[in-house]
Amino acid sequence: MSRLRISTPNQAQLTVERLYKDLERHIVASPPGLCPVDLQLSFLRVCHAQTCGKCVPCRVGLLQLSKMLEDVLENRATLATLDLMLRTASSIADSADCAIGYEAAVMVLAGLKGFREDYVYHIEHGKCSYGITQPVPCVALCPAGVDVPGYIALVGEKRYADAVTLIRKDNPFPTACALICEHPCEARCRRNMIDSSVNIRGMKRMAVDNARANTVPVPEKAPSTGKKVAIIGGGPGGLSAAYYLELMGHHAVVYEEKEKLGGMLRYGIPNYRFPRVRLDEDIEAILSTGVEVHTEKKVGKKEDDISLDKLRKRYDAVYIAIGAHVDKKMGIEGEDSEGVISAVEMLRSIGENNPPDFTGKRVIIVGGGNVAMDCTRSAIRLGAAQVGIAYRRRQEDMTALPEEVEGAIAEGAELYSLNAPIKIEADAEGKVTAVWIEPQIIGPIDAWGRARPVRADRELERIPCDIVVVAVGQGIESHHFQESGVPVKRGVIDALSESGFHEIAGVFAGGDCVTGPATVIRAIAAGKVAAANIDEYLGYHHIISCDVEIPQVNYEDKEPCGRINLREREAGKRKNDFDEIECTMTEQEAAQEAGRCLRCDHYGYGNLKGGRAAIW
Amino acid sequence: MVNLKIDNRNICIEEGTTIMKAAAHAGIMIPHLCYLEGINEISACKVCVVEMQGKEKLITSCNNAVEEGMVIYTNSPKVRAVRSINVELVLSQHDCHCATCVRSGNCNLQKMANDLGLTEISYPKVVEDAPWNQDYPLIRDFKKCIKCMRCVQVCDKVQDLHIWDVQNTGSRTTVDVSGHRNIEDTDCSMCGQCISHCPTGALRERNDIPKVFDVLADPEKITIVQVAPAVRTAWGESLGLAEDVATEKRMAAALKQVGFDYVFDTNFAADLTIMEEANELLKRMPEIKESGLPMFTSCCPAWVRFMNSQYPQAAGRLSTAKSPQQMFGAVAKTYFAQKLNISPDKICCISVMPCVAKKGEAAIPAMDVTGTGPDVDIVLTTRELVRLITAEHIKPELLDEVEFDSPLSENTGAGVLFGTTGGVMEAALRTAVFALTGSNPDPVGFSEVRGGKGRKDADYYVDGTMVRTCTVSGLKNARLLMDDILEKRAEYDFVEVMACPGGCVGGGGQPIWEDVKMAPQRSAKLYELDEERSLRYSHENPTIQQLYAEFLGEPLSEKSHHLLHINE
Repeated sequence: MSRLRISTPNQAQLTVERLYKDLERHIVASPPGLCPVDLQLSFLRVCHAQTCGKCVPCRVGLLQLSKMLEDVLENRATLATLDLMLRTASSIADSADCAIGYEAAVMVLAGLKGFREDYVYHIEHGKCSYGITQPVPCVALCPAGVDVPGYIALVGEKRYADAVTLIRKDNPFPTACALICEHPCEARCRRNMIDSSVNIRGMKRMAVDNARANTVPVPEKAPSTGKKVAIIGGGPGGLSAAYYLELMGHHAVVYEEKEKLGGMLRYGIPNYRFPRVRLDEDIEAILSTGVEVHTEKKVGKKEDDISLDKLRKRYDAVYIAIGAHVDKKMGIEGEDSEGVISAVEMLRSIGENNPPDFTGKRVIIVGGGNVAMDCTRSAIRLGAAQVGIAYRRRQEDMTALPEEVEGAIAEGAELYSLNAPIKIEADAEGKVTAVWIEPQIIGPIDAWGRARPVRADRELERIPCDIVVVAVGQGIESHHFQESGVPVKRGVIDALSESGFHEIAGVFAGGDCVTGPATVIRAIAAGKVAAANIDEYLGYHHIISCDVEIPQVNYEDKEPCGRINLREREAGKRKNDFDEIECTMTEQEAAQEAGRCLRCDHYGYGNLKGGRAAIW
Repeated sequence: MVNLKIDNRNICIEEGTTIMKAAAHAGIMIPHLCYLEGINEISACKVCVVEMQGKEKLITSCNNAVEEGMVIYTNSPKVRAVRSINVELVLSQHDCHCATCVRSGNCNLQKMANDLGLTEISYPKVVEDAPWNQDYPLIRDFKKCIKCMRCVQVCDKVQDLHIWDVQNTGSRTTVDVSGHRNIEDTDCSMCGQCISHCPTGALRERNDIPKVFDVLADPEKITIVQVAPAVRTAWGESLGLAEDVATEKRMAAALKQVGFDYVFDTNFAADLTIMEEANELLKRMPEIKESGLPMFTSCCPAWVRFMNSQYPQAAGRLSTAKSPQQMFGAVAKTYFAQKLNISPDKICCISVMPCVAKKGEAAIPAMDVTGTGPDVDIVLTTRELVRLITAEHIKPELLDEVEFDSPLSENTGAGVLFGTTGGVMEAALRTAVFALTGSNPDPVGFSEVRGGKGRKDADYYVDGTMVRTCTVSGLKNARLLMDDILEKRAEYDFVEVMACPGGCVGGGGQPIWEDVKMAPQRSAKLYELDEERSLRYSHENPTIQQLYAEFLGEPLSEKSHHLLHINE
């Protein structure tokens, strides 16, 4: 008789394990707009299936909660049901033996609080207040609503110029987004249900790499309306608004503070991620609509400036798209020492072709966002001897895209995670000599689900260095606008979701200066929204459309197939120059990847509600 | 051209054709449930699935196009099994009380289940239900809805009113009034096109037949029935009557047999409408020319509701003339009541209409000229007329034809035309020309306004003045037209709008047919009747002339205004 045995999973266990993975992927691909109460019930049932059945709160309590949720959904509940649910769930949360029970109850409590209005709607109206609005997940999640399935299908047929034309209907920066978009479109791609999301950005990249934006003509403009719109800021948001306004027949005049157009795309994102020549392709196409540009012209109160009031008098409408270009400070000792520079400053000087000389220097970057990674990888390319990243939390807590962090590490950056910079040490001449860091342990999780760092019981550490780059966020230079009557709240311009203001007619605002530092696609989307609403404000209703015919679907079975990721140049080579890192797909790769698209525009809810917004 | 094989038959067909159409081209009729050509090609029911050689997954034939070299099987074992299961699944959520369903015998789901030879359902029944206002002219029965989405799509794409939408998500997904509203709170025109396109009995008109039986049983009441022009083109269809049997006079005989005291003809009132409306047009013409805004017809209550809710700023451009149904009611309860020497409240005025919105129109509070109750008491649709006839076990084919009763029946070809798109326009122009020139125009001189196209422009010179006309049917077309007019992209003098595609012949109260549009052939019948009429001009109708001489005075007189026009 053996006393112990090695357990090996049987067929059923293996299958269940696989189903867990399947379910995880299904949840990832959950479409927006589902009934939260219905989902709550489904989640609760999964939790209840996990119970061992020993304890009353979990075994019976979760069952009774399910019954009450069913009552809500089947229109049998009253407001008293919600009260009983609340008391029951609280009791389970307080008394269940293990996490299976109390965490399930906590989820119910979260729902009762978080979407109570939908519970009440169900009870009072016998139906759900939610509904699916945009049926195609990738389009729904793209802030600009770009017709993703459409251009993927076009790329699949090698109709690259048509793909660029189609993208431009909603986004005049196809190249920028092909190279550096954070691709929220991929997050809930339905392909996740089969294997993993389609490489949507890679598909777009295939389009713009094979049909350069400046070689694809822009659509014909509407007849001139004689109206003039001033755009403050020549970044992606301002230029997007200018592009659509020109197409609508209004004359857009851009005032840009710097020497060249592009905003953060030029002065914030390093060349190795987004080569300047590629940015110029988008800008050239946008300017071909007839946008008028005044560079090195600041809107403000100084002598050489032009004031907002003057613009309001001279133009029929004004769009403020000034972005977020002011550095945030850490507020620690020694921050004003020589050798401490801000991320904005560093990246701007690179953008202006006047990069700092880091040769042989030891550089510490403070921060964990994409901007910090841009600084890190640029510092390496500027010849720094050592580059370190000091960050308060863990690597997985960084807000930078994981591939950016991994790229930086691969190129030789040292990551000092769980280390909060506490002071900067300088020599007698005021030059930086070191950063002192305070070790942290990761601690409680806050309401947003992010783990907070807490001071560790360990000694402070000293990292000797010559340069400190502060990349802890950017703010907005809003004084002049506030003085001119534009509402400002918590440092950002307080515009409505339609991008206008109640207080001041004919002035619109959008992008980073309204949201705080965000992504390029959100700035582009804001420009699109502003153009549409400025058009309405001016008394027009121009339609933006695109006559590219979308290829029909193919009938291939959807067999699971791996996602093709974009290749990068080897870390050892690429870290020596500012040349582009990422490589485009081959035709073979692109054809396979395009074939992975499930065409949600044609299948599912797409063909009921129309798979695409052909006009806006 | 694309070459493919369906069920071993070689087919060569134009690129872009759907598999379903390609199969039909070769005589293979693939079963389908939710599909509605050009309107609802959403492959929701998965009944039209076919197997493509070499592929695991079945594809739907309704919304997928043919490909070169494809080999399709419409009845492979897999297709057969999937099709049956999907129909069974639909049935598991459908209230199959066919015996009491208005669509029994004319239900796509019933036919599908029968055709497939389903004798039992493998699944337990889970039927949803929700309350509905049973007094509203349009009734939705949640228990019978199969979520084919046709109503949503017809209202979106044809009528552009967006009354219906998908409600809830997940397993509780259903169809309901959009935007979480109640039907009474919407801009529903009551056109009934959703009913006409519902494959089951989930949508129907309010059943007003019991009210008719009640009043027929009341010895105190005189029952008067009027029948709209378009009803005569369609009443025999679902009774299985041959065209030469389903005549106007046999319809009158059937109504007599039901027991109505007087069987009258709405055509008469249509002639009366023309007298008022044509003269109103002439009177308003200087203002029309000056403002560049037309006068619109007002005989279609769904259109009037549409105008009032969607373009209230232009509602004043509607003709003030009431519709024939309401003119008839007003005349019946005044002129005819006087003739009978009875109080108007002794009369029950019933109308048979190809329309659901007429039920709503009759209930408008202002439609009560005598102050004794609605001018029209009960409105039946053509479908209800058929059910009334069958309920009374009447076999029209065994009845001899009879004349309509006098006096409110005599009519001209002009009145007949009211039932089709362009008909009011033609009838009005015939009389307008006479009013201006004193001589009759060629009765078919205005035939450009005929035909099923959604919008027809035609200009006519009448006594030296150009009358720019536009004739529209379908409310989406009406919206496009209104936008053109209000945004000054188009200018007209006189515009006829009917809410249902093809006009009243295609009305939301007419018999329902799957896969075939009946409006054109019903319309052709009206043109035949017009040609056969000895009189073809409303102003030549002797009874109308008598009505003016004895009672109303002249068109647009004070009395006419009181009885026959909507007075603000």
